[in-house]
Amino acid sequence: MIIANRKPFEEIKAMVAPFNRILILGCGTCVTVDFSGGEKQVGILAAELRMARQLEGKPLETVEHTVQRQCEWEFIDPIADMVRSVDAVLSMACGVGVQAMAERYPDKIVLPALNTVMMGMPIEAGVFVERCAGCGNCVLALTGGICPIARCSKNLLNGPCGGSQNGKCEVNPEIDCAWHLIYEKLKAMGRLDALMEIMGPKDWRPAGGGGPRKIVREEERLEFMEM
Amino acid sequence: MTEFEPIIVTFACHYCAYGAADLAGVMRLQYPASIRVVKIPCTGRIDVHHILTAFEKGADGVIVAGCRIGDCHFESGNIKATKRVQYAKKLLEEIGLDKERLEMYYMSSAEGARFAEVAAEMTERIKKLGPNPLRKEARK
Repeated sequence: MIIANRKPFEEIKAMVAPFNRILILGCGTCVTVDFSGGEKQVGILAAELRMARQLEGKPLETVEHTVQRQCEWEFIDPIADMVRSVDAVLSMACGVGVQAMAERYPDKIVLPALNTVMMGMPIEAGVFVERCAGCGNCVLALTGGICPIARCSKNLLNGPCGGSQNGKCEVNPEIDCAWHLIYEKLKAMGRLDALMEIMGPKDWRPAGGGGPRKIVREEERLEFMEM
Repeated sequence: MTEFEPIIVTFACHYCAYGAADLAGVMRLQYPASIRVVKIPCTGRIDVHHILTAFEKGADGVIVAGCRIGDCHFESGNIKATKRVQYAKKLLEEIGLDKERLEMYYMSSAEGARFAEVAAEMTERIKKLGPNPLRKEARK
């Protein structure tokens, strides 16, 4: 899932300072699961903003709503009336949701309440870790299901660097060395031979090095195809 | 001028603090009339949003009263509540409300006197802090 973090309250408060009535729009998918931008967080942020503004003597009116997914037209189209009724939209979705709202409602100011951080998962209650970097060319088959792009600080492809000490990364001793994990995993599985395959220089174009990425699935498109 | 009598919303766990409040009554103990008890199944049910709502609606203080650590009927509800209360205190600071207006207390259902003591202690604290500024605004 996409994992985000709420922006500092002061920053959000400054962003909405010019407005008197805002829509605080949550997203019911990734950011609900990671507790950053779901219905509950919408309620908390709205209450915080209303109280802070009332203390400043400039009351703020809030409309609270959460859509199932802010990154699809079909979920954000039905809230047009709600969007029309406010001065600005404070989106609690990831960057994709914020941009979808801004694109669908071009006359409306859409502001981000979150910092979108990574693709990852919860490993225990309240702890989220990065697992995928979206590099567009998956190598997990060779690395025992542990990603050296997302989990090695240096994105190394053929084993650890000299900074790997006792299974930890030199960048931060809290980070496990991905290549240490890969070696231990493959060793336990009796698959160390997988490491004999040398991975050549990585083509970073599918990772975004070739500019913004786009995927077209012709078989899913509604337009008539030239035969 | 009459003395400021605070309103303190007290979220009391069914298994301990609510029983303690009941016992305080049975024991004929005096405690301030500022306490407004809201019975909850476990303090683990308390969310930051409930606490903020109490303050937004004008409560001068909020108490979350749960079982002693290790005694939770649901094992860890009071630990979860402790963390949420800490988080809510941080949010109160961001908002501009004094975080001292919120406190978590622990007690067993046999501690009627402790409930009365907590009620008096918190009432004193809130009296020093004065009314919830949001309520003052609303009164204007």
